[in-house]
Amino acid sequence: MSVQIEIPNSPRKQRVTNWEKYGWLYMRISGPLLIVLIFTHVFVNLFTGEGIKQIDFAFVAGKWADPFWQWWDVAMLWLALIHGTLGMRTVINDYTEKPKLRTALVGTLWSVSGALILLGTLVVFTFDPCPPTSNPDLLPSFCEAIASS
Amino acid sequence: MSVVPAGTLYRGKVGMWSWVLHRISGVAIFFFLLVHILDTALVRVSPEAYNVVIESYKTPVIGLAELGLVGAILFHGLNGVRIILVDFWSKGTKYQNIMFWVVLVLAVGITAYFTPGHLERVLEF
Repeated sequence: MSVQIEIPNSPRKQRVTNWEKYGWLYMRISGPLLIVLIFTHVFVNLFTGEGIKQIDFAFVAGKWADPFWQWWDVAMLWLALIHGTLGMRTVINDYTEKPKLRTALVGTLWSVSGALILLGTLVVFTFDPCPPTSNPDLLPSFCEAIASS
Repeated sequence: MSVVPAGTLYRGKVGMWSWVLHRISGVAIFFFLLVHILDTALVRVSPEAYNVVIESYKTPVIGLAELGLVGAILFHGLNGVRIILVDFWSKGTKYQNIMFWVVLVLAVGITAYFTPGHLERVLEF
């Protein structure tokens, strides 16, 4: 009886989606986008004006009154958290040896990330820069015009 | 003259240390991101709640940690570009060593440029 041996240089059979490849590609595509998004975010919020001292509710409300910054921050949220989650997954895969522990940790990781992506997206798009019952001193200046109209 | 090969294992060379720094900075940024999403979500609770929590970012201790954060983000981002160049640029592996030092100088340099102004804000001179 002869034994059938696969031709050594025949391409590997690929029946299922190669998620590892897409994960690898995702890191390299989201990375440069995140450099633009996050470096700008840090520059605008920390390097310019009063830096960290200027950050308060009115500052955030002033930015998110503009859909441009809403979409900017949501893009940053999705791209960065998925990038970070894939990175943490690599770290977990490197250091865990028991398959059950690995599955539990990676499962927890994706659950936490999914919940935070959902939370962050809802916060940005349901945000009211002028909440009606709030102290007007804490709100952006344009709320006064809205309140008096 | 014979050249002694460096070996195939990492022995404390640039390749290893860039990997170590990339991993540590990545994990640090990830945990900051989790906290940062939660603190920002407080804008949906009330202006008062958000302002109280964000005040802690203006204290000296957290202020110093922010310098580390800015440095970590700069290093991780720039070293990420280096990794992409090693993967996709035909000369990437040839220049990976010098690129690491460019990344380090830029990350340290930009953080140093940011430091005086930021410290003035968080230390209240």
